[in-house]
Amino acid sequence: MTEKSTSRFVNIGERTNVTGSARFKKLIMADDYDAAVEVARQQVENGAQVIDVNMDEGLLDAVHAMTTFLKLIAAEPDIARVPVMIDSSKWNVIEAGLKCVSGKPIVNSISMKEGEDQFLEQARKCMDYGAAVVVMAFDEAGQADTKARKVEICKRAYDLLTGIGFPAEDIIFDPNVFAVATGIEEHDRYGLDFIEAVREIKAACPLAKTSGGLSNLSFSFRGNETVRRAMHSVFLYHAIPAGLDMAIVNAGQLDVYDQIDPVLRDACEDVILMRDAGGEETATERLINLAESYKGKTREDEKATAEWRGWPVAKRLEHALVKGIDADIVADTEEMRAATQAAGGRPIEVIEGPLMDGMNVVGDLFGSGKMFLPQVVKSARVMKKAVAHLIPYIEAEKADGAKAKGKIVMATVKGDVHDIGKNIVGVVLQCNGYEVIDLGVMVPWSKIIETAKSEGADMIGLSGLITPSLDEMVTVAEEMQRAGMDIPLLIGGATTSKVHTALRIDEAYDGPVIHVLDASRAVGVASKLLSDTLRDDFVTETAAEYERVRDVRAGKGQSELLSIEDARANYYDAYLSDKAAPPLQPGVHVFDDWSLEDLRGCIDWTPFFRAWELHGTYPAILQDDVVGESARSLWDDAQAMLEQIISEKWLTARGVCGFWPCARDGDDVTIHRVNREEHVVLPFLRQQVKKSRDRANMCLADFIDPAGDWIGGFAVGIHGIESHLARFRADNDDYSDILLKALADRFAEAFAERLHQHVRTDLWGYAPGEQLTNEALIKEKYRGIRPAPGYPACPDHSLKPILFDLLDAPENAGLTLTESFAMWPTAAVSGFYFGHPESQYFGVARIGRDQLEEYAQRRGVDLQTAERWLRPNLD
Amino acid sequence: MTPRESLKAQAAERILIFDGAFGTQIQNRKLEESDYAGDLGLKADQKGNNDILALTRPDVIGDITRAYLDSGADVVSTNTFSANRISQADYAAEHLVRDINLASGKIARELADEYARRDGRPRFVAGAIGPTNKTLSLSPDVEDPGFREIDFDFLTEVYHEQAAALVEGGADFILIETIFDTLNAKAGIMAVKQLERELGRDVPIMLSMTLTDLSGRNLSGHTVEAFWYAVRHANPVTIGLNCSFGAEQLRPHVQMLSKIADTLILAYPNAGLPNELGEYDEAPATTASLVQEWAEHGQANILGGCCGSTPDHIAEIAKAVQGLSPRRIPRRDSQMQLAGLEPFTIAA
Repeated sequence: MTEKSTSRFVNIGERTNVTGSARFKKLIMADDYDAAVEVARQQVENGAQVIDVNMDEGLLDAVHAMTTFLKLIAAEPDIARVPVMIDSSKWNVIEAGLKCVSGKPIVNSISMKEGEDQFLEQARKCMDYGAAVVVMAFDEAGQADTKARKVEICKRAYDLLTGIGFPAEDIIFDPNVFAVATGIEEHDRYGLDFIEAVREIKAACPLAKTSGGLSNLSFSFRGNETVRRAMHSVFLYHAIPAGLDMAIVNAGQLDVYDQIDPVLRDACEDVILMRDAGGEETATERLINLAESYKGKTREDEKATAEWRGWPVAKRLEHALVKGIDADIVADTEEMRAATQAAGGRPIEVIEGPLMDGMNVVGDLFGSGKMFLPQVVKSARVMKKAVAHLIPYIEAEKADGAKAKGKIVMATVKGDVHDIGKNIVGVVLQCNGYEVIDLGVMVPWSKIIETAKSEGADMIGLSGLITPSLDEMVTVAEEMQRAGMDIPLLIGGATTSKVHTALRIDEAYDGPVIHVLDASRAVGVASKLLSDTLRDDFVTETAAEYERVRDVRAGKGQSELLSIEDARANYYDAYLSDKAAPPLQPGVHVFDDWSLEDLRGCIDWTPFFRAWELHGTYPAILQDDVVGESARSLWDDAQAMLEQIISEKWLTARGVCGFWPCARDGDDVTIHRVNREEHVVLPFLRQQVKKSRDRANMCLADFIDPAGDWIGGFAVGIHGIESHLARFRADNDDYSDILLKALADRFAEAFAERLHQHVRTDLWGYAPGEQLTNEALIKEKYRGIRPAPGYPACPDHSLKPILFDLLDAPENAGLTLTESFAMWPTAAVSGFYFGHPESQYFGVARIGRDQLEEYAQRRGVDLQTAERWLRPNLD
Repeated sequence: MTPRESLKAQAAERILIFDGAFGTQIQNRKLEESDYAGDLGLKADQKGNNDILALTRPDVIGDITRAYLDSGADVVSTNTFSANRISQADYAAEHLVRDINLASGKIARELADEYARRDGRPRFVAGAIGPTNKTLSLSPDVEDPGFREIDFDFLTEVYHEQAAALVEGGADFILIETIFDTLNAKAGIMAVKQLERELGRDVPIMLSMTLTDLSGRNLSGHTVEAFWYAVRHANPVTIGLNCSFGAEQLRPHVQMLSKIADTLILAYPNAGLPNELGEYDEAPATTASLVQEWAEHGQANILGGCCGSTPDHIAEIAKAVQGLSPRRIPRRDSQMQLAGLEPFTIAA
């Protein structure tokens, strides 16, 4: 979280708001700024990602209070690390605040209430100070109440703002949350109007965000906290999927969706979503009547609050974890530990038993969107406190045991986000008594080296999946060399190889460099490297082996290359009259939420087992003599998790595909987009290795008709994994972490396969009658191909930004690229569609300098860049 | 072409060269109080007021600028790091702020034009604005963390006065440099934006942050990334890092900025770290080879030197990066980018 946090739904803390917190107001009025600063600190500690500061109180000098408070929190790095939202209805208070904030804050709010001129003047000031801005849906005629007005005003404001150059991504619309269930019929639509308006505003105003203040919604139920909290939680539960990006909310006062009394929850839902309550009463009447019964309950609740203290200790621990109450956690943990010890158990069992159970409940609720991030942070904190209390006991127990065999720093290199393999290796090493410091993914070399030095690591392990990561590993090796290090460097990951390690990485670093083929070898390698007796021999042997690899490589009569002209002359001559007819449904198609149940049937399981280093073909692997038993057990766990993923909707499959008219032009495919001036060029690479007999030197462009044709593209991704991984991490549950990642990868691949089928039969529709079993799909027994950038037929990863642009994949499928062109989220697939019946997969393999130079020109980049992109295909 | 367009056009072709330090060059000339004071009749001693030399010994400033142009500089800065009302008050010279900046701007402008005429290659003048010795984000009093010595509006006026005179004197850009407090820089940006409206034209801003510790934060606590988000509204023609430490230590931070900033990168590190005597003794070839690496990795567009660098350093740098391709500017990101001391983004 400290390096950089990127979020989807943002909780804005409202505790430092005099209109939202009676306590804060009291402190400010009493000039007790020290205590007020503590409120801000607690908010950040509790997970607020932005803090809202509001001093709008009639009896306060709001300018003085605002500036004093902002200056004070600027002196607190724990607070100042998060952005501030300067909240006031008075512009002079906002501007005074802007003069005290050194980062990039959010102004809350401006509107067209006083007309366009003042609105734009204030917007310009925000640009001058460098602030994002909340725009209220308010115009000269008043606050927008209906959906139509909300959307209309926001769109008008959006056009005005972007017209003066205000960055669209810095605009946040607040379409006004109003009180519902007031008894006035016109108010009944307010909740639903807000949610629907959010959806339309997001569509009409690209890049803009939406926000809302929740407390208004439940205004009718002042004094009835139970009902208010339930209403807020229900509202968010529906507004976030509609596109709400942030809300000002007291995180501590949200209920867990699942734990709301179902009767109350339904009543809230009926009111907010304007559903027919289905009886004599209206939805409002029903909620009001129901609310009466909760009024009385408040006191009973309080009793219940005290009551849980009388429960058995294990139950108390779970309750504390789920509710995030840390007041008694140390005492309860100690009580549990003492009881466990008295029963002959070990301190670790307190963690593995009641504490983990509690965390699992939290994780499940959060994972299914029924609990929100700040609550989880609170639970995690409770867990941490409990664990911190237990650690001295656990370590004391260990003291006579073995000390760690060695310390290894592991990381997925910068630009890459794949870590299944790395995590497996980490677990294997830990199980074998090594201390693993896992720096995670996207780790810059400086951090790897710094950590290795400060921790006194015995070795460094690097991992990466995509080909650009190979270069980054070379960089790490170079930097280790520069830093004068000599500890061993271990290299692993799907695209790494002994040859690359020998040729590039080993050459960059004088210390030992070892390519580790898979996790099963990791322990052997580590133990040899740390053994006094075996180390030298092992290092010398490996070095000699790499030397041989280099010699072989240098002396090897590499296969002969044709000049690019000759290769091009030997192109693949497809029978162009057979080309696919134009798509039935051209243009771009977006899929927000493809059914996981449907995808489940398309999963190719063989690679799943391979990810776990169980080799064999599914389903035969389940009966395999050697790995069958482990495979079956893994299969059962995977199925159980799959059930959960689907029934609890853990993941969301989002995708986009499109088809464009195009033509082949040499090795380029030029796309002509309707209504757009510029053409998009897809530059493909051609095989140059000299072919035997009459085989062609293929290039993907060969499957496209120069006289006019169609090409498609797609990008699919599996979203929502992070919260579950976070949960597993909090649980220290590496197994589930890896299992879920592997399943998400399978879903992504299944989605790609399923979407391709949908494309062939419906969208492009060149194979309307296709009837294939999943087995046949896996074997690609269909017409047309979907090659992906970064794979053999199309090895340049840097085509992804072009493809993503064509598809507007960030917007349409929520997919983004790292600087090394890795896709995020990690479980994602993208590629091109070729419809020609003769189109086929092939490997470009080695290419010559002539094609490289020409390619650099075609791409408009310098030679160095092109070399970096195509490195794996050069020499 | 406007200076912004012209600089961008040049920077697209090759790596450009920025100048080096004035301070060390002035020190080496062993000037006396009388050199500094001239006949201005000021009430305080002027020795050490380097900026005032634009009025009293313009020949010295001209010579140093010339030496940097001879070394291959494409962009020269004005010798006006402390030529603001706050810093000049220490020398009882605050009433001369306009004159110093105007004179300094003219010296640089005339020489830049002279060299451009000679070989047809454009030269640019960066009007340099230092951070002042006051900070908007921090209290000088540990007992009273809410206290500030100056406020935003006052600092904006101070910067405005200096920037207006620099532009009048012929500066192409306003270089807000050695930014240790991000809020000070935001006041500088505000001042230049006001000036732009008064003049009715673009006054391109160059921004240069300085780091106070190796973890990569400035004094006000911002990481390099948070800093970029906080000042991106300036639409700066260059963003970068200067001073801080030597090129060696600055490397990861230049690398980071280069990845995220959708504008030109200007970096001018110190000539290494000071030795036990507080002197910079990194050899020109050493500095050059270090910044050459940034160039080779496509991480820089304009390179120069800060404390301790000399015309020799600049000449070596120019030689080292000749023929290397300049950094390509990455595409603008469409996430919502906010910042406290740390960056916070909301996915598009």
